[in-house]
Amino acid sequence: MSAWGRSVGWSAALAAVLALVVVASAAIGPIRIPPAEVVKAVLNALVVPAGIETTSHGIGPLTLPSVDLAYRSPFAFPVDRVHQQIVVGVRLPRILMAALVGFALAAAGTVMQGFFRNPMADPSIIGVSSGAAAGAVAFIVFPVALSTKLALPVVGAVDVGVSHGAGVSLFAFVGALAAAFGVYAIATRHGRTPVATLLLAGVAIQTFLGAVISYLQLQAGESLRRIVAWLMGHLSGAAWSDVAVTAVVVPPLFAVLLVYARDLNVMLLGEEEAQGLGIAVERTKRILLAASALITAAGVAFAGVIGFVGLIVPHMLRLVVGPDHRVLLPSAALAGGSFLVAADTVARAGSTELPVGIVTAAVGAPFFVYLLVTREVHEL
Amino acid sequence: MTAESSVVDDSEPSTVDEPESRSAVDDETPPIEVSDLSVSFGDVPVVSGVDFRVERGSLTGLVGPNGAGKTTVLRAIKGTLSPDAGEVQLDGDPTDSLSAREAGRRVASVPQETSLAFDFRVRQIVEMGRTPHLGRFDGHGPDDERAVREAIEAAGVARFADRAITEVSGGERQRVLLARALAQETPSLLLDEPTASLDVNHAVRTLELVRDLVDDGRAALAAIHDLDMAARYCDRIVLLANGGVRAVGPPAEVLTADALRDAFDAEAFVGESPATGTPTVTAFDGTAGKDPPNPRRVHVVGSGRPAGRAVARLAAAGHAVSVGVVPEGDAAAGVAADADARAVTAPPFAAVPPERRDEAVALAREADVTVAVGKAGRAGDELGSNKAVLDASDRIVRVDDTVRDDDLLDAVRESDEADASGR
Repeated sequence: MSAWGRSVGWSAALAAVLALVVVASAAIGPIRIPPAEVVKAVLNALVVPAGIETTSHGIGPLTLPSVDLAYRSPFAFPVDRVHQQIVVGVRLPRILMAALVGFALAAAGTVMQGFFRNPMADPSIIGVSSGAAAGAVAFIVFPVALSTKLALPVVGAVDVGVSHGAGVSLFAFVGALAAAFGVYAIATRHGRTPVATLLLAGVAIQTFLGAVISYLQLQAGESLRRIVAWLMGHLSGAAWSDVAVTAVVVPPLFAVLLVYARDLNVMLLGEEEAQGLGIAVERTKRILLAASALITAAGVAFAGVIGFVGLIVPHMLRLVVGPDHRVLLPSAALAGGSFLVAADTVARAGSTELPVGIVTAAVGAPFFVYLLVTREVHEL
Repeated sequence: MTAESSVVDDSEPSTVDEPESRSAVDDETPPIEVSDLSVSFGDVPVVSGVDFRVERGSLTGLVGPNGAGKTTVLRAIKGTLSPDAGEVQLDGDPTDSLSAREAGRRVASVPQETSLAFDFRVRQIVEMGRTPHLGRFDGHGPDDERAVREAIEAAGVARFADRAITEVSGGERQRVLLARALAQETPSLLLDEPTASLDVNHAVRTLELVRDLVDDGRAALAAIHDLDMAARYCDRIVLLANGGVRAVGPPAEVLTADALRDAFDAEAFVGESPATGTPTVTAFDGTAGKDPPNPRRVHVVGSGRPAGRAVARLAAAGHAVSVGVVPEGDAAAGVAADADARAVTAPPFAAVPPERRDEAVALAREADVTVAVGKAGRAGDELGSNKAVLDASDRIVRVDDTVRDDDLLDAVRESDEADASGR
């Protein structure tokens, strides 16, 4: 079977697993809801475009026609209203956020491991996680008002602003990209970015940002608890608006990575050999770096630093589906989604909720040790 | 972009579909042409003024000592390093005007080693050779599958094609890399030490395979350490030394004792292999003769392999050697012919004709020193003429049949010094 054929097969299977995990997770909680009811509640919440409605309304002296899409709900299963509210309003945004973040981190981890030709690489290696943490912590310690009044013609003055939580995410996102770009700029000379230099520049930036974060924690005072919670990784605050933003950002970036999956295979042979096989190496590296930095930033901006998903999930899947990135990348991403949904379910299922980062690290570290002592580490 | 190359582009609007068609390129254009190439790493020049071309149907060997820049030249041709001066043309186009993809369709390379941290199957590695022929979303078509199958067959990797690359031996891995390059189906092939980690059987099979490909009209450039292999399989040799091209030409012209002494700083004896009829090189430690080399005229008396060995070693050390009288067809006579040394021969199993004896006597008389090997001139020597030759010599050095090279060279040098102090 061709590689893309295998890819579709594995993706379909792992997407089915992800759907099952999502449903199971939505059923679990302080109030247990039967899985069948979960499915019905989710289907009830689906809407499809039903037509176009034209209405007229006046703004000031003018009467403007406005065109709206009308939606209708194709399903109307009888579901307990409280259950419906718990599944759709409370659990589902968090679960979908977990799926998207796990998907993003595992995809970025897969690409970084291939990029650095090192099975021990993960998305934080180019400073993205440290940058996100520094940005988020800085905003928590020194919150700035991110709202302003914009004077728009016709419509008049409008408040444009983001909430505190969205401000943290925004700063995390910007910090992540700034750190990644810094690492890239340090490592690039004369249009070439040697991977070894990139790795060392990543270590340097991570160390430096670690110092910044520690200092900010000293200055934090009362907000220290929130900083610690953010740094441990959390999905508890996820709202539908966060999910919507992440769902818009992650899939196109993943598509970019997937387009370069075969190039990534060839890059595993070494850069010179990849060049000899017709890969525009430096350009490909820039695209892969940018797309992985963005997809990682999108993941950690909302969820904080969640370790080990980007390390162990690609590794496990490589053992199962093989090293071909055309198959591995979508498989690892979907499995990463399932893994983080499961881990977050464990995190919130106990009597006291744990930050999900603790769960992933608690599962991930033993697995990492297992990898170290078995044959999987050929060379570093 | 020159007007010429844009004409080529216009006449071939569908190169994607016909990667092999080069109708617009003149058949006389060499697949690889290196012009006045200079490369330095930082302030350290590696090679400068390198000029040579590789023609269709030619296997060219790139030989030279460690650090002479063989790999650097190959990398410049691949386009993975940019030269400080000069240029490389592939099929008439400068490498820096070609996209990586286009270059990947013109030249394939077999590296010395590859590092792979992940468990790709051997077949997957070979399939990667098709990369420059595929669009971003193309699967492998029948053409690609045929190319991969043929490459796997030709390089002899079929037996372990489904094993992981990390599980095969170094020699097998090198053949996988060759298979990958073959799957690339390029008109030119670059090989960096293709036989370095192969056993004799696979080394010969690899070069025979490259030879076959070249005979079918491809061009190949191989960096080779093994000079005998280079002489045996290459049409032409480019000898790199001291940062430049020392000599270019057919093996027999390039691989001479003088050229090798200059290039490798080693004392070499170049003979003709009785098995293949191609030059075979025996190198001696260049420091054994000690400096200054101080070449002499040396006449060797004796016969058989021991005398032949003495002639080879003395000639390699730079001495002007003659030998005689020896029976026709004697080992020493053969060595003398390879070393361009004068040999006086006589029909075997018969008395030495007087004119031959006189000829040898004359050589011995004009020589600075005469070396008598083994029992030459002593009781039991079947060649009576040896005594007369030795009688004519000013200085005689006697050595055993089993004399070590160093002792032989020392004896010749010291004979002169002893003589000088005696006067």
